[in-house]
Amino acid sequence: MGLTIAEKIIAKAAGRAEVRPGEIVTCQVDLAMIHDSGGPRRVKPFMDKLGVNVWDPTKVVLVSDHFSPCTDAESAEILELTRQWAKEQNILNFYDQQGICHIVTPERGHLHPGMFAVGGDSHSPTGGAFGCYMFGIGATDMLGVLVTGETWIKVPETIKIDWSGIFTEGVAAKDMALKMCSVLGMDGADYQSILYTGSTIQSLDMYERMTLCNMAAELGAQAGLIEPDIITEEFVLKAGGKLDCSQKFKCDPGANYFKVHNFDANTLDPQVAVPHSPANSASVVEVDKAEIDQFYVGACTGAKLNDLKMVASILKGKKVATGKRLTVAPASSQILKDATKEGITEIILDAGANLLPPGCGACAGYGVGVLAEKEVCLATTARNFQGRMGANSSKVYLASPYTVAASAITGHIQDPREFLN
Amino acid sequence: MIGRIWKLGDDINTDILAPGGYIKLPIEQLAAHCLETVNPNFSKSIKKGDIVVAGKNFGVGSSREQAAQVLKILGVASVIATSFGGIFYRNAFNLGLPVVSCKNVDDLKSNDEISLDLRLGKIKNMTRGIELTTEPVPDNLMKLIEAGGLVPSLEAKLGIFKGEN
Ligand code: SF4
Repeated sequence: MGLTIAEKIIAKAAGRAEVRPGEIVTCQVDLAMIHDSGGPRRVKPFMDKLGVNVWDPTKVVLVSDHFSPCTDAESAEILELTRQWAKEQNILNFYDQQGICHIVTPERGHLHPGMFAVGGDSHSPTGGAFGCYMFGIGATDMLGVLVTGETWIKVPETIKIDWSGIFTEGVAAKDMALKMCSVLGMDGADYQSILYTGSTIQSLDMYERMTLCNMAAELGAQAGLIEPDIITEEFVLKAGGKLDCSQKFKCDPGANYFKVHNFDANTLDPQVAVPHSPANSASVVEVDKAEIDQFYVGACTGAKLNDLKMVASILKGKKVATGKRLTVAPASSQILKDATKEGITEIILDAGANLLPPGCGACAGYGVGVLAEKEVCLATTARNFQGRMGANSSKVYLASPYTVAASAITGHIQDPREFLN
Repeated sequence: MIGRIWKLGDDINTDILAPGGYIKLPIEQLAAHCLETVNPNFSKSIKKGDIVVAGKNFGVGSSREQAAQVLKILGVASVIATSFGGIFYRNAFNLGLPVVSCKNVDDLKSNDEISLDLRLGKIKNMTRGIELTTEPVPDNLMKLIEAGGLVPSLEAKLGIFKGEN
C-alpha cells in the first residue's frame, strides 16, 4: 500500500521505513519556529529553572511579530525579553519586527520540501505550501522540542481536497478557503492532515498556496500540504533555501485517503464569513450589504504581496468611502518593499488607506489597529471569533483582499467583480 | 475524580477562553476574563474540582496554551467534550489538565455530580444514575498526567530532580 506525502515525511522524521495512521511515534524536528508571544516569554522561565539550553540553535527561527511594534510598556518588555533570549540562546535566525512568522520564515529560505517542522502558532500549517509537514503547538510542547529536539505525533489520516477549474477574476485562494470552511466546518478535518490537489492548486502561486495551507487550521487539520513542484522550487531557491531532490516527496498512487472532497473553482463566488466563525461563510451575493467601520488588510492570511496586488487592482484611482477607514498592515518588510517597488503602496495610500508597520497588527487583538465596542470590521484575516480583534462586542467579517478593497470603496460589503472588467 | 459539572456549548474557542486583549497580563489576571464573552460570571463562580462539559470543537483556534492554563488556574479538574481542537488537546495534557472526548454529552447537565475514570474511559453520572463511556486516553498522555505535565516529565527525562542542588 502506498504512502501519502505526510506519512513519508513523518516516517523519515521518526527514522522509520513507513508509518500508518493512528500510530504514535517520536520524531526528530528539522525546524522549530517561535514568536514573541508564545516563545521566549513562555519558555524562558522553565528553561532557566531546568538549567537547559536550546538543543540546536541553527534549527530555531525566532520572529517578533505579535507585539510588534510595541504599544505599551508591557509589550515593550515582551519584545526586550525576546531579544535577550535570542542572545542568550545564540539564535542567529532572529527576525525582530520584520513581519509575521509564517511569512518571514519561508521568505528567508528556512522552509524547504520534506521538512518535519513545528511552529509555536496555530497557523503553522502554512509551511505545508512548501511541502513541509508543519504544525502548530503550544508553548509547553515547544519547550519540549527546544530542549530535546523531538516531539511525539499521532500519525494522522490524510484527507484529500481536490480543486479543479479556474476561478474568475475577483476570486482568490481566500475564497476557496472560506468555501471549504462553510462546506466542511471548522472540524472538517479532525486534526488530520489535508492534501490539496488538482488543477486549480497547481496553477496557484506560492502566496496563494500559503493562504490555503494557512487556513487548514480553520478546518481543524493538523497540517495542510501541497505536493512540491516547479513553483515551489523557484520560490525556495529565490529565498536562498535548499532543495534536496530526495526530499521532494509525492503521494504514492496507492496512498490511502480517509476522505476525498471535490470542489469546482469555475463556479466559485467571492465568499464572506459573517461573525463569529469562518464556517459562517457564504457567497457575497447572499450576504447582507452590512455597513462596516474598519476595513482591514492584514495578517499572514491576507497581506502578502499578491494580496496587496489584489487590493491595488481594485483601489487604483478610487477612494475609501467617506467616514470609513481602510487599514493595511503588510505581512512582512520584504513584502512592503516589493509592493513599494511595484507602485502598489502608492495606490493604496492614494486611496486614503492607513498603513501599519509589518506584523500581526490587529489580527489577534494584540497589536495596533484594534476595534472599539460595537465596531464592525471586514478583514482579510483568518479568524473572526467574537472579540478577537478588540472589544468584546466588536464584530468581524472575513473576505478576500479583493472583496475588502471593493467594500472599502462603497463602505459596505460589496461584490468585487463589479469593480473589475 | 469526582466533580460537579459546568456545561458549555459548541465551539468554545481559544479567544473565548483566553481573550487576546488580556494576553499580556499575568495568568491569574487573564483567568478572570476566561469565557467572559459567553458567561461573565464564569471565573467567579467556577469551583475547584469542577468538571467542564462542552460540545464539539472545544479549544478550537489559536495555539495559545493559556486557553488550557486559565482553566487549570480556575480549578477545573477536567474537560469532557464531544471533540477538541487538536492543539488545545495537546496543550491541556502538557499542562497536566486531563481532557477526554465523549460522544453523548447530552446526558451530562450543569450541576450534575459525576465521577470520571480516565484510565477505564468511564463516566458515572451520580445525579442521574447513568454511565457513559469516553474515548480512551493514549498511554503516552496518561503518563504525562501521572507525571503532572510535560515540565515535570522533562525534569525526569533530563535527570533533573526537584530538590536536588
Ligand atoms: S497575523 Fe494573525 S493569524 Fe497570523 S500569526 Fe499573526 S495573529 Fe496569528
